[in-house]
Amino acid sequence: MTLLNLVDVSVRYGRLTAVRGVSINLKEGEVLFITGPNGAGKSSLLRAIAGVTPTAGGHVEFDGAEITGRTPEDIARLGFSMVPEGREVFGSLTIEENLMVGAGMHSRTPGWKGQTAADLDSVYNTFPILKERRNQQAGLLSGGQQQMLVIGRALMARPRLIAIDEPSLGLAPNITDQVYERLIALQAERSLTLLIVEQSSTRAVMIGGRMILMRSGQVVLDGDARELGNSEAMQAAYFGYEDH
Amino acid sequence: MLQIVFDALSLGSLYALGALGIALIFGVMRLVNFAHGDVIAFSIFALLWPSTDAMAIVFAGNLPWFLLIPFVLLVGAGLSVLCEIVVFRRFRNTNPATMMIASFALGFVIRYFLLMLYSSRPKSISLLPILSQPVEMLGARLPLLQLITIIVTIAILFGLVIFLRRTRFGLEMRAAAENFSMARMLGVRANRVIMGAFALSGALAGAIALIFGIQTGTADIQMGAAVMLMAFISTVIGGLGSLAGAVLAGFLLGAASVVMQVILPVDARPFRDAFVYGAVILVLLFRPQGLIAARGTKERV
Repeated sequence: MTLLNLVDVSVRYGRLTAVRGVSINLKEGEVLFITGPNGAGKSSLLRAIAGVTPTAGGHVEFDGAEITGRTPEDIARLGFSMVPEGREVFGSLTIEENLMVGAGMHSRTPGWKGQTAADLDSVYNTFPILKERRNQQAGLLSGGQQQMLVIGRALMARPRLIAIDEPSLGLAPNITDQVYERLIALQAERSLTLLIVEQSSTRAVMIGGRMILMRSGQVVLDGDARELGNSEAMQAAYFGYEDH
Repeated sequence: MLQIVFDALSLGSLYALGALGIALIFGVMRLVNFAHGDVIAFSIFALLWPSTDAMAIVFAGNLPWFLLIPFVLLVGAGLSVLCEIVVFRRFRNTNPATMMIASFALGFVIRYFLLMLYSSRPKSISLLPILSQPVEMLGARLPLLQLITIIVTIAILFGLVIFLRRTRFGLEMRAAAENFSMARMLGVRANRVIMGAFALSGALAGAIALIFGIQTGTADIQMGAAVMLMAFISTVIGGLGSLAGAVLAGFLLGAASVVMQVILPVDARPFRDAFVYGAVILVLLFRPQGLIAARGTKERV
């Protein structure tokens, strides 16, 4: 079943076109890596889906409903959880408060308190370090811990899809391994749909799943990560000269 | 001596409340709301029937205190929320300078609206006259109002801290103040948070109006502007966007004013404000980010 459907989506900043006519179809439970060199438009695409950056054309459907032009909070409430680049923890709030902000959108549903307590436990089980430091300010956490926190915060919203922009940014390789390990475990456990943006395709090839390669705002390749990863087409797309 | 302490605290209370009202709104939308002072003036004039006579025709001012206080707070909150819906909402994605100019303009609209209805002459009013009576305490004679101002301010500050720390809405406001866009991506409703901030800020304006009105016994169209300037300076010294900083700086500024009044040589006293503002410049030279730098603004610069 299609969870996220992008049809001919474009993003423009003034006269600069960052994303030109991208169409992607993402099924429920799928893991999709969007890779591509710096400036390929990956982050812009993600921000456009989340409603943070306006689209200049095309439309976005989530779970069968049109979400183009809707506010970020509305889109989040439909089950699209965004973890933006640079992690963006609320540094002056405690770790637990950060997690509670993520859970807030369900505060009107009956049984919220019990549900939230259970979700909190589950996040703490996945990331024990967060439990240990739960009353500390989030700004004091290390980069890897902050990455865990924002993933946990996204999980508190009980999303259907988590979109993560560059989870490995600024992290030591072994910390990145830890983050991915848990992310993939969570995905399997909850049949989450994952949309991960990474500059390099290495991680996608390691983990497997579907991979899309973007370049100059367009989708260049779309297929199985392992098959694409070592192909000549991939090499050409990354290092190839401008052909237009 | 005790008299000086109480003077400093009660003046500081006014500045702190005003600074909080500005910092709350700045926190969620990077707007320096210069219309805040005119919301203060409006709140007090709402107690009077429109007339251009020098004698005030009291309308809601005759209410018993337990109705009068909520009335003024509600007027402040209501006008402030109205400003948000009618004006500031349209400017939400513009740059801070544009928003600031809009707030100036809005302030003038409110001020001249009052001018039209009530004329520019200050009107004498007597609100809750019992509060103007002096009380003896620890050998000093203090107006009861001064005592109440300090107590009320501390109560408001405590209430605000509890609201921000313990309630869901408070949590959302703090998150939004630090990173508005991220908060929205987590489902925090922008409109609700911003309107909440305006309502709180307006209620604080109402509180200042009440204290000021009782203290001076007049309703003056200019009264908001005087507090507003000091309050604005307090938010800057405190670190724009930092609530704790705004309160701290408000009290410091109040204390500085009162202390200078006492220690300056008699000949220099008329120029007290120059000394106060000189101290402000000194503080900003050494801590341009303010006493307590707010996280959200630090990253932006």
